[in-house]
Amino acid sequence: MFEIFTRLANWLAYDLVGLNPDTKLGSSLHFFIEDTSKILFLLIVMIYLIALARASLNLERVRAYIQQKHRVMGYVFGSGFGAITPFCSCSSIPLFLGFTSAGIPLGITMAFLFTSPIINEVAVIMLWSLLGWKFTLAYIVIGMVVGIIGGMILDAVKGERWLKDFAAKAYQAAASETREHEHEVDVPEAPKLTLAERHQFAKDELREIVGRIWKWVLIGVGLGAALHGFVPDGWFAENLGSGQWWSVPAAVFAGLPLYSNATGVIPVMESLIVKGLPVGTTLAFCMATVAASFPEFIMLKQVMTYRLLAMIFVILLANFMVVGWIINGIGPWLFAGF
Amino acid sequence: MKHVEVLGTGCKKCVTTAESIERVAQELGQSVEVIKVTDPAKIMAYKVMSTPAVAIDGKVVHSGSIPERNKIVGWLES
Repeated sequence: MFEIFTRLANWLAYDLVGLNPDTKLGSSLHFFIEDTSKILFLLIVMIYLIALARASLNLERVRAYIQQKHRVMGYVFGSGFGAITPFCSCSSIPLFLGFTSAGIPLGITMAFLFTSPIINEVAVIMLWSLLGWKFTLAYIVIGMVVGIIGGMILDAVKGERWLKDFAAKAYQAAASETREHEHEVDVPEAPKLTLAERHQFAKDELREIVGRIWKWVLIGVGLGAALHGFVPDGWFAENLGSGQWWSVPAAVFAGLPLYSNATGVIPVMESLIVKGLPVGTTLAFCMATVAASFPEFIMLKQVMTYRLLAMIFVILLANFMVVGWIINGIGPWLFAGF
Repeated sequence: MKHVEVLGTGCKKCVTTAESIERVAQELGQSVEVIKVTDPAKIMAYKVMSTPAVAIDGKVVHSGSIPERNKIVGWLES
Protein backbone atom coordinates (compact mmCIF):
# COMPACT_ATOMS: atom_id res chain seq x y z
CA MET A 1 0.00 0.00 0.00
CA PHE A 2 2.89 2.34 0.77
CA GLU A 3 4.90 1.19 -2.23
CA ILE A 4 3.99 4.32 -4.13
CA PHE A 5 6.15 6.36 -1.73
CA THR A 6 9.15 4.07 -2.31
CA ARG A 7 8.68 4.55 -6.04
CA LEU A 8 8.41 8.31 -5.65
CA ALA A 9 11.67 8.29 -3.67
CA ASN A 10 13.37 6.01 -6.25
CA TRP A 11 12.39 8.35 -9.00
CA LEU A 12 13.35 11.59 -7.23
CA ALA A 13 16.59 10.47 -5.57
CA TYR A 14 18.00 8.09 -8.17
CA ASP A 15 16.54 9.11 -11.51
CA LEU A 16 16.03 12.83 -11.15
CA VAL A 17 18.93 13.79 -8.86
CA GLY A 18 21.01 10.91 -10.20
CA LEU A 19 22.40 9.60 -6.89
CA ASN A 20 23.67 6.06 -6.53
CA PRO A 21 21.54 3.95 -4.10
CA ASP A 22 24.72 2.44 -2.64
CA THR A 23 26.18 5.76 -1.49
CA LYS A 24 25.53 7.22 1.96
CA LEU A 25 24.03 10.38 0.52
CA GLY A 26 21.88 8.44 -1.92
CA SER A 27 20.41 6.16 0.72
CA SER A 28 19.89 9.08 3.14
CA LEU A 29 18.05 11.17 0.59
CA HIS A 30 15.94 8.21 -0.49
CA PHE A 31 14.96 7.55 3.12
CA PHE A 32 14.14 11.23 3.66
CA ILE A 33 11.89 11.53 0.60
CA GLU A 34 10.12 8.23 1.21
CA ASP A 35 9.40 8.94 4.87
CA THR A 36 8.40 12.59 4.63
CA SER A 37 6.03 11.99 1.73
CA LYS A 38 4.49 8.96 3.40
CA ILE A 39 4.14 10.58 6.82
CA LEU A 40 2.75 13.87 5.54
CA PHE A 41 0.21 12.07 3.35
CA LEU A 42 -0.94 9.83 6.20
CA LEU A 43 -1.08 12.73 8.65
CA ILE A 44 -3.27 14.86 6.42
CA VAL A 45 -5.76 12.06 5.77
CA MET A 46 -5.86 10.70 9.32
CA ILE A 47 -5.92 13.98 11.25
CA TYR A 48 -8.91 15.07 9.19
CA LEU A 49 -10.81 11.82 9.74
CA ILE A 50 -10.05 11.67 13.46
CA ALA A 51 -11.05 15.31 13.93
CA LEU A 52 -14.38 14.63 12.21
CA ALA A 53 -15.05 11.89 14.74
CA ARG A 54 -14.08 13.80 17.86
CA ALA A 55 -15.52 17.20 17.01
CA SER A 56 -18.06 16.89 19.82
CA LEU A 57 -15.58 15.84 22.53
CA ASN A 58 -14.81 18.78 24.75
CA LEU A 59 -12.95 19.12 28.04
CA GLU A 60 -16.10 19.70 30.07
CA ARG A 61 -17.46 16.33 28.97
CA VAL A 62 -14.12 14.59 29.50
CA ARG A 63 -13.93 15.98 33.01
CA ALA A 64 -17.42 14.75 33.86
CA TYR A 65 -16.59 11.25 32.57
CA ILE A 66 -13.52 11.12 34.75
CA GLN A 67 -15.42 12.37 37.81
CA GLN A 68 -17.94 9.57 37.46
CA LYS A 69 -15.29 6.90 37.72
CA HIS A 70 -14.18 5.21 40.88
CA ARG A 71 -10.67 5.87 42.02
CA VAL A 72 -8.71 3.12 40.31
CA MET A 73 -10.57 3.42 37.02
CA GLY A 74 -10.07 7.16 37.34
CA TYR A 75 -6.36 6.78 36.63
CA VAL A 76 -7.00 4.61 33.59
CA PHE A 77 -9.60 7.03 32.25
CA GLY A 78 -7.46 10.07 33.07
CA SER A 79 -4.58 8.61 31.14
CA GLY A 80 -6.81 7.37 28.30
CA PHE A 81 -8.48 10.74 27.84
CA GLY A 82 -5.05 12.37 27.98
CA ALA A 83 -4.20 10.28 24.95
CA ILE A 84 -7.27 11.10 22.86
CA THR A 85 -8.24 14.62 23.90
CA PRO A 86 -6.87 17.33 21.68
CA PHE A 87 -5.33 20.04 23.73
CA CYS A 88 -2.55 22.54 23.33
CA SER A 89 0.22 22.58 25.89
CA CYS A 90 -0.44 26.26 26.58
CA SER A 91 -3.79 25.14 28.03
CA SER A 92 -2.25 22.79 30.61
CA ILE A 93 -2.61 25.23 33.49
CA PRO A 94 -6.29 26.09 32.95
CA LEU A 95 -6.93 22.39 32.40
CA PHE A 96 -5.07 21.44 35.55
CA LEU A 97 -7.05 23.96 37.59
CA GLY A 98 -10.32 23.02 35.95
CA PHE A 99 -9.80 19.39 37.02
CA THR A 100 -8.44 20.23 40.45
CA SER A 101 -11.21 22.69 41.30
CA ALA A 102 -13.73 19.97 40.37
CA GLY A 103 -12.26 17.74 43.07
CA ILE A 104 -10.45 15.33 40.72
CA PRO A 105 -7.44 13.94 42.63
CA LEU A 106 -4.02 15.31 41.67
CA GLY A 107 -2.77 11.90 40.53
CA ILE A 108 -5.62 11.46 38.06
CA THR A 109 -5.13 14.95 36.64
CA MET A 110 -1.42 14.25 36.30
CA ALA A 111 -2.09 10.86 34.67
CA PHE A 112 -3.91 12.92 32.02
CA LEU A 113 -1.04 15.40 31.66
CA PHE A 114 1.72 12.73 31.68
CA THR A 115 0.15 10.65 28.93
CA SER A 116 -1.02 13.57 26.80
CA PRO A 117 2.34 14.47 25.19
CA ILE A 118 3.37 10.83 24.74
CA ILE A 119 0.29 9.56 22.94
CA ASN A 120 -1.58 11.47 20.30
CA GLU A 121 -2.93 10.64 16.88
CA VAL A 122 0.14 12.01 15.14
CA ALA A 123 2.51 9.80 17.15
CA VAL A 124 0.35 6.74 16.59
CA ILE A 125 0.08 7.29 12.83
CA MET A 126 3.83 7.77 12.51
CA LEU A 127 4.72 4.74 14.62
CA TRP A 128 2.30 2.56 12.73
CA SER A 129 3.68 3.53 9.34
CA LEU A 130 7.34 3.37 10.39
CA LEU A 131 7.54 0.56 12.93
CA GLY A 132 4.41 -1.55 12.54
CA TRP A 133 1.44 -2.37 14.74
CA LYS A 134 3.21 -4.44 17.39
CA PHE A 135 5.52 -1.64 18.30
CA THR A 136 2.68 0.91 18.15
CA LEU A 137 0.61 -1.13 20.57
CA ALA A 138 3.55 -1.51 22.95
CA TYR A 139 4.15 2.24 22.79
CA ILE A 140 0.51 3.03 23.63
CA VAL A 141 0.47 0.60 26.56
CA ILE A 142 3.74 2.02 27.90
CA GLY A 143 2.58 5.62 27.51
CA MET A 144 -0.55 4.86 29.50
CA VAL A 145 1.28 2.84 32.15
CA VAL A 146 3.77 5.68 32.71
CA GLY A 147 0.83 8.05 33.26
CA ILE A 148 -1.22 5.71 35.45
CA ILE A 149 1.66 4.61 37.70
CA GLY A 150 3.01 8.15 37.91
CA GLY A 151 -0.40 9.41 39.01
CA MET A 152 -0.89 6.63 41.56
CA ILE A 153 2.48 7.31 43.17
CA LEU A 154 1.70 11.03 43.41
CA ASP A 155 -1.55 10.29 45.25
CA ALA A 156 0.08 7.63 47.43
CA VAL A 157 2.52 10.23 48.78
CA LYS A 158 -0.33 12.79 49.05
CA GLY A 159 1.28 15.13 46.56
CA GLU A 160 -1.66 17.56 46.79
CA ARG A 161 -0.14 18.89 50.03
CA TRP A 162 2.41 20.71 47.93
CA LEU A 163 0.12 22.46 45.53
CA LYS A 164 0.19 26.24 45.59
CA ASP A 165 -2.23 27.57 48.21
CA PHE A 166 -5.04 28.76 45.95
CA ALA A 167 -5.07 25.47 44.04
CA ALA A 168 -4.98 23.38 47.21
CA LYS A 169 -7.93 25.34 48.66
CA ALA A 170 -9.97 24.94 45.50
CA TYR A 171 -9.28 21.21 45.56
CA GLN A 172 -10.18 20.79 49.23
CA ALA A 173 -13.44 22.69 48.82
CA ALA A 174 -14.51 20.62 45.84
CA ALA A 175 -13.27 17.30 47.24
CA SER A 176 -15.27 17.60 50.47
CA GLU A 177 -18.37 18.44 48.46
CA THR A 178 -17.91 15.44 46.14
CA ARG A 179 -17.60 13.12 49.12
CA GLU A 180 -21.15 14.03 50.04
CA HIS A 181 -22.60 13.40 46.58
CA GLU A 182 -20.30 10.70 45.41
CA HIS A 183 -20.13 10.09 41.66
CA GLU A 184 -23.32 11.98 40.94
CA VAL A 185 -22.00 14.00 38.09
CA ASP A 186 -23.99 14.51 34.94
CA VAL A 187 -22.09 14.43 31.72
CA PRO A 188 -23.08 17.49 29.71
CA GLU A 189 -24.83 16.56 26.49
CA ALA A 190 -22.72 16.35 23.39
CA PRO A 191 -23.21 19.41 21.24
CA LYS A 192 -25.25 18.36 18.20
CA LEU A 193 -23.13 19.12 15.19
CA THR A 194 -24.08 19.08 11.55
CA LEU A 195 -21.77 17.48 9.03
CA ALA A 196 -20.79 20.93 7.79
CA GLU A 197 -19.80 21.99 11.32
CA ARG A 198 -17.76 18.81 11.77
CA HIS A 199 -16.05 19.45 8.46
CA GLN A 200 -15.23 23.02 9.52
CA PHE A 201 -13.79 21.77 12.82
CA ALA A 202 -11.73 19.07 11.09
CA LYS A 203 -10.43 21.56 8.54
CA ASP A 204 -9.34 23.97 11.29
CA GLU A 205 -7.71 21.15 13.26
CA LEU A 206 -5.88 19.93 10.19
CA ARG A 207 -4.54 23.39 9.41
CA GLU A 208 -3.58 23.99 13.05
CA ILE A 209 -1.84 20.65 13.63
CA VAL A 210 -0.04 20.37 10.30
CA GLY A 211 1.02 24.01 10.57
CA ARG A 212 2.51 23.27 13.97
CA ILE A 213 4.24 19.95 13.26
CA TRP A 214 5.50 19.97 9.68
CA LYS A 215 8.85 21.41 10.77
CA TRP A 216 9.20 18.67 13.37
CA VAL A 217 8.51 16.01 10.76
CA LEU A 218 11.23 17.42 8.51
CA ILE A 219 13.76 17.75 11.35
CA GLY A 220 12.97 14.33 12.78
CA VAL A 221 13.04 12.53 9.46
CA GLY A 222 16.15 14.49 8.47
CA LEU A 223 17.98 13.29 11.59
CA GLY A 224 16.64 9.79 11.08
CA ALA A 225 17.80 9.86 7.46
CA ALA A 226 21.29 11.01 8.45
CA LEU A 227 21.53 8.19 11.01
CA HIS A 228 20.19 5.80 8.42
CA GLY A 229 22.77 6.68 5.79
CA PHE A 230 25.85 7.44 7.87
CA VAL A 231 25.77 5.09 10.87
CA PRO A 232 26.64 1.52 9.86
CA ASP A 233 24.01 -1.15 10.51
CA GLY A 234 24.40 -2.75 13.90
CA TRP A 235 26.72 0.01 15.15
CA PHE A 236 24.84 0.44 18.43
CA ALA A 237 24.63 -3.30 18.98
CA GLU A 238 28.40 -3.56 18.62
CA ASN A 239 29.23 -0.50 20.71
CA LEU A 240 26.57 -0.68 23.38
CA GLY A 241 26.42 -4.44 23.55
CA SER A 242 23.05 -6.08 23.84
CA GLY A 243 21.69 -3.46 26.19
CA GLN A 244 23.89 -3.07 29.25
CA TRP A 245 21.82 -1.85 32.18
CA TRP A 246 23.43 1.59 32.20
CA SER A 247 22.46 2.31 28.62
CA VAL A 248 18.90 2.96 29.84
CA PRO A 249 19.67 5.71 32.40
CA ALA A 250 22.22 7.11 29.96
CA ALA A 251 19.49 7.35 27.31
CA VAL A 252 17.09 9.02 29.77
CA PHE A 253 19.64 11.67 30.71
CA ALA A 254 20.58 12.21 27.07
CA GLY A 255 16.92 12.75 26.23
CA LEU A 256 16.19 15.20 29.07
CA PRO A 257 17.80 18.37 27.73
CA LEU A 258 16.36 17.68 24.30
CA TYR A 259 12.96 19.18 23.95
CA SER A 260 10.89 17.82 21.14
CA ASN A 261 7.41 16.53 20.57
CA ALA A 262 6.64 12.97 19.62
CA THR A 263 6.51 13.89 15.94
CA GLY A 264 10.18 14.83 15.86
CA VAL A 265 11.43 11.86 17.86
CA ILE A 266 9.66 8.93 16.22
CA PRO A 267 11.58 8.96 12.91
CA VAL A 268 14.80 9.10 14.93
CA MET A 269 13.59 6.14 16.99
CA GLU A 270 13.05 4.11 13.85
CA SER A 271 16.63 4.65 12.75
CA LEU A 272 18.06 3.98 16.21
CA ILE A 273 16.26 0.64 16.42
CA VAL A 274 17.27 -0.40 12.92
CA LYS A 275 20.87 0.42 13.79
CA GLY A 276 20.73 -1.96 16.72
CA LEU A 277 19.92 0.19 19.78
CA PRO A 278 17.84 -1.98 22.13
CA VAL A 279 14.12 -1.17 21.99
CA GLY A 280 13.79 -0.39 25.72
CA THR A 281 16.73 2.00 25.62
CA THR A 282 15.26 3.72 22.57
CA LEU A 283 11.87 4.08 24.22
CA ALA A 284 13.41 5.47 27.40
CA PHE A 285 15.20 8.08 25.30
CA CYS A 286 12.01 8.96 23.47
CA MET A 287 9.89 9.31 26.63
CA ALA A 288 12.51 11.50 28.31
CA THR A 289 12.59 13.79 25.30
CA VAL A 290 8.84 14.06 24.88
CA ALA A 291 7.29 13.85 28.34
CA ALA A 292 9.79 15.60 30.60
CA SER A 293 10.29 19.01 29.11
CA PHE A 294 11.48 22.08 30.91
CA PRO A 295 8.98 24.50 29.33
CA GLU A 296 6.21 22.29 30.70
CA PHE A 297 7.74 22.28 34.18
CA ILE A 298 8.14 26.04 34.19
CA MET A 299 4.45 26.31 33.37
CA LEU A 300 3.43 23.94 36.16
CA LYS A 301 5.41 26.11 38.57
CA GLN A 302 2.41 28.47 38.56
CA VAL A 303 0.31 25.93 40.44
CA MET A 304 2.89 23.76 42.22
CA THR A 305 5.67 24.25 44.70
CA TYR A 306 9.25 23.26 43.83
CA ARG A 307 8.97 20.29 46.10
CA LEU A 308 6.07 18.82 44.15
CA LEU A 309 7.75 19.60 40.83
CA ALA A 310 10.93 17.83 41.92
CA MET A 311 8.86 14.87 43.05
CA ILE A 312 7.09 14.64 39.69
CA PHE A 313 10.40 14.90 37.89
CA VAL A 314 11.92 12.03 39.88
CA ILE A 315 8.82 9.85 39.47
CA LEU A 316 8.90 10.37 35.71
CA LEU A 317 12.60 9.57 35.40
CA ALA A 318 12.23 6.44 37.50
CA ASN A 319 9.26 5.35 35.39
CA PHE A 320 11.17 5.79 32.12
CA MET A 321 14.09 3.75 33.42
CA VAL A 322 11.95 0.91 34.72
CA VAL A 323 10.05 0.80 31.43
CA GLY A 324 13.34 0.76 29.51
CA TRP A 325 14.73 -2.12 31.55
CA ILE A 326 11.56 -4.17 31.35
CA ILE A 327 11.26 -3.75 27.60
CA ASN A 328 14.93 -4.58 27.09
CA GLY A 329 14.33 -7.69 29.15
CA ILE A 330 11.27 -8.92 27.29
CA GLY A 331 12.07 -7.20 23.96
CA PRO A 332 13.61 -10.17 22.14
CA TRP A 333 10.48 -12.16 22.89
CA LEU A 334 8.05 -9.29 22.25
CA PHE A 335 9.49 -8.17 18.95
CA ALA A 336 10.61 -11.49 17.56
CA GLY A 337 10.88 -11.10 13.82
CA PHE A 338 10.72 -7.33 14.10
CA MET B 1 -17.44 51.18 27.21
CA LYS B 2 -17.12 47.41 27.05
CA HIS B 3 -14.69 45.74 29.36
CA VAL B 4 -13.06 42.81 27.50
CA GLU B 5 -10.80 40.27 29.18
CA VAL B 6 -8.72 37.78 27.22
CA LEU B 7 -7.96 34.79 29.46
CA GLY B 8 -4.85 32.75 28.83
CA THR B 9 -1.52 31.91 30.36
CA GLY B 10 0.39 33.90 27.79
CA CYS B 11 0.64 31.81 24.65
CA LYS B 12 0.77 33.26 21.17
CA LYS B 13 -2.89 32.55 20.46
CA CYS B 14 -3.95 34.72 23.40
CA VAL B 15 -1.95 37.66 22.09
CA THR B 16 -3.46 37.20 18.64
CA THR B 17 -6.94 37.08 20.18
CA ALA B 18 -6.44 40.34 22.08
CA GLU B 19 -5.04 42.04 19.00
CA SER B 20 -7.88 41.01 16.73
CA ILE B 21 -10.48 42.22 19.24
CA GLU B 22 -8.75 45.59 19.43
CA ARG B 23 -8.56 45.80 15.65
CA VAL B 24 -12.23 44.95 15.12
CA ALA B 25 -13.25 47.48 17.79
CA GLN B 26 -11.26 50.17 16.03
CA GLU B 27 -12.87 49.33 12.68
CA LEU B 28 -16.32 49.59 14.25
CA GLY B 29 -15.34 52.85 15.92
CA GLN B 30 -16.05 51.45 19.38
CA SER B 31 -13.98 52.19 22.41
CA VAL B 32 -13.20 49.05 24.38
CA GLU B 33 -10.81 48.19 27.13
CA VAL B 34 -8.96 44.94 26.38
CA ILE B 35 -7.08 43.35 29.26
CA LYS B 36 -5.01 40.18 29.10
CA VAL B 37 -5.60 38.03 32.17
CA THR B 38 -2.72 35.63 32.81
CA ASP B 39 -3.19 34.95 36.53
CA PRO B 40 -4.13 31.24 36.85
CA ALA B 41 -6.30 31.89 39.93
CA LYS B 42 -8.42 34.41 38.02
CA ILE B 43 -8.74 32.08 35.04
CA MET B 44 -9.85 29.33 37.41
CA ALA B 45 -12.44 31.64 38.94
CA TYR B 46 -13.98 32.02 35.47
CA LYS B 47 -14.15 28.19 35.25
CA VAL B 48 -12.40 28.20 31.91
CA MET B 49 -10.46 25.08 30.88
CA SER B 50 -9.38 25.83 27.33
CA THR B 51 -7.64 29.03 26.41
CA PRO B 52 -7.65 31.54 24.84
CA ALA B 53 -11.01 32.50 26.30
CA VAL B 54 -12.86 35.81 26.16
CA ALA B 55 -14.98 37.40 28.88
CA ILE B 56 -17.01 40.55 28.24
CA ASP B 57 -18.10 42.58 31.25
CA GLY B 58 -17.30 39.63 33.47
CA LYS B 59 -19.16 37.00 31.45
CA VAL B 60 -17.35 34.25 29.47
CA VAL B 61 -18.50 34.29 25.85
CA HIS B 62 -15.91 32.10 24.19
CA SER B 63 -13.16 29.58 24.94
CA GLY B 64 -10.67 27.28 23.31
CA SER B 65 -9.66 29.07 20.14
CA ILE B 66 -8.94 32.34 18.43
CA PRO B 67 -12.45 33.72 17.83
CA GLU B 68 -13.62 34.36 14.28
CA ARG B 69 -14.11 37.89 13.12
CA ASN B 70 -17.90 37.76 12.84
CA LYS B 71 -18.15 36.47 16.39
CA ILE B 72 -16.14 39.42 17.66
CA VAL B 73 -18.35 41.82 15.72
CA GLY B 74 -21.38 40.17 17.32
CA TRP B 75 -20.04 40.68 20.86
CA LEU B 76 -19.07 44.28 20.31
CA GLU B 77 -22.33 45.28 18.67
CA SER B 78 -24.68 43.60 21.10
